[in-house]
Amino acid sequence: MQPLVDLNHVSFGYGATPVLEDVSLHLHAGQFAALVGPSGAGKTSLLKLILGTLRPTHGSLVIGGRAVDGSPASQVAYVPQVETVDWNFPVTVEQVVLMGRVRKSGIWPWPSAEDRRRVADVLERLEIAPMAKRHIRDLSGGQQQRVFLARALIAEPTLLVLDEPTSGVDMRTAENVLHLLADLNRQGITILMTTHDLNAAAAHLPWVICLNCRVIAEGAPEDVFTEAILNRTYHGEMMVIHHDGMILIHQRPHHHTHQDLLPNPVLGHSAPTTPVMVLPFVPGESSVHGAQNVEVAYELAA
Amino acid sequence: MNWLLEPFQYEFFRTGTMAALLAGVLCGLLGVYIVLRGMSYIGHGLSHAIFGGAVVSFVMQWNFYLGAGLWGFLAAVLINQTARRTRIGADAAIGVITTASFAIGVALISRYRRFTQSFDAALFGNILGVTWTDVAVIAAVTLLVGLGIFLAYKQLLFTTFDSEVARIYGVHTEWMDTLFALMLAAAIIASMQVLGVTLIAAALVIPAITARLLTDSFDRMMLYSATIGAASGVFGMYLSYYVDVASGATIVLLQSSIFAVVLAIVSARKLTARRLTHTHIG
Repeated sequence: MQPLVDLNHVSFGYGATPVLEDVSLHLHAGQFAALVGPSGAGKTSLLKLILGTLRPTHGSLVIGGRAVDGSPASQVAYVPQVETVDWNFPVTVEQVVLMGRVRKSGIWPWPSAEDRRRVADVLERLEIAPMAKRHIRDLSGGQQQRVFLARALIAEPTLLVLDEPTSGVDMRTAENVLHLLADLNRQGITILMTTHDLNAAAAHLPWVICLNCRVIAEGAPEDVFTEAILNRTYHGEMMVIHHDGMILIHQRPHHHTHQDLLPNPVLGHSAPTTPVMVLPFVPGESSVHGAQNVEVAYELAA
Repeated sequence: MNWLLEPFQYEFFRTGTMAALLAGVLCGLLGVYIVLRGMSYIGHGLSHAIFGGAVVSFVMQWNFYLGAGLWGFLAAVLINQTARRTRIGADAAIGVITTASFAIGVALISRYRRFTQSFDAALFGNILGVTWTDVAVIAAVTLLVGLGIFLAYKQLLFTTFDSEVARIYGVHTEWMDTLFALMLAAAIIASMQVLGVTLIAAALVIPAITARLLTDSFDRMMLYSATIGAASGVFGMYLSYYVDVASGATIVLLQSSIFAVVLAIVSARKLTARRLTHTHIG
């Protein structure tokens, strides 16, 4: 069976700087996959190639049996990062969702009865129906994420592409978003998302693609999330702990001095974003000790 | 009541008021898209570019509307393409392309000094010179722009909200940018006689930002912006007549005053709401 997303030896770069080199990727209908890698690894460029807003410099890209060459495929819908949205733009939830129908709705500026019915259905499905007439700024982080998911779903895509759907929201909301995506995947939608949250990817996604300019590895999280693969992907010291059936991943912590934690006089506060960084880690100790450290760190982070 | 009707005995006031009203609606409608795209500077830049086109049309003895229109449209497309395809931001592209075009106009004027006076009118507006033909041109442009917005409403809204994502969802954003550039160039040329090159930018931006302060709804913002534009056009003409000040400047000053009043009211309301919230929490 032909893959839904079929990338063969794709390369891409901005000018002379290569961003992706010889990437081959095959995503079949019904898959739910996470694209992980460090910042600058080419994740967003790969998404843009799949979305048809960038053209590969080499290689071929086929979506749903149709070659994509700088023009978006009709069966793909996209959910951008919430950080990129202009929350002050004067639009209601309903208007944003209706944008997803732009290909299918008629010429008139107002929505048809069919458009309204579909908007009501999708908002009901995502449990944000009461928010339809509200301004997008007046919603919680989770509700805002659902609005853009609703806009994607109303386009009736076979492939849903999401750029870091769990960034910019709290841990509980991120978990809810991933559960929602798993539900949508069970209903038959193929999903490809980027994420920096390796632990969430390990816990919720059945397929992971490690990218750093090239595809380093892909497969089930338990096969891909090994220290060797992650070290190659992130060019750093990664720590993988198997604990109580879970995979926990962290960068090996290094000690910070108080000086590191002081506010930066030019750029603002420079404290590390993850409290785990300041916890002591004794190299050579058992993984159980490491796991305990991580659990403490999680409690602190929460 | 006499003060309302008295100015209408003059032909120039009738044509001028009609032109100011239509230009107010026109600039009010397009201003919403300009403000929401964060391109407030484009009105200023494009009007200067069109001035260059107007001078070239005069020298080459082309039809003013055709020559200046084509020039303005090309300048707008060039700005879009430069901003899209290079690392230069839209503001820098506007700065380079439009000032170069304006400089061409100034250079030609200094070379052929005989038509300096007629271009004073283009720079600062000349309501006395508005004819019924000019009114008909503004009316036609208003109608066509209204029709363009009506038919491409969804696509323009999505492109303005998020151009990159709109393209992914199947909107031909390049066409939308071209359509918008065409409408904007036409609006500036049509309004030039009333407001003048130097004041068109204000007429494009002030009604729209005032409307934005008043509402969180896109549709209402369009309605308010067009209404503020039209009302300030008509009442600006009255003020201009009675105070004996240039019409373009009066219209823009009136719009600025409306903006200042709305800003003061909205800020006071926000302050009161914040105080009430603090009182409840306390």
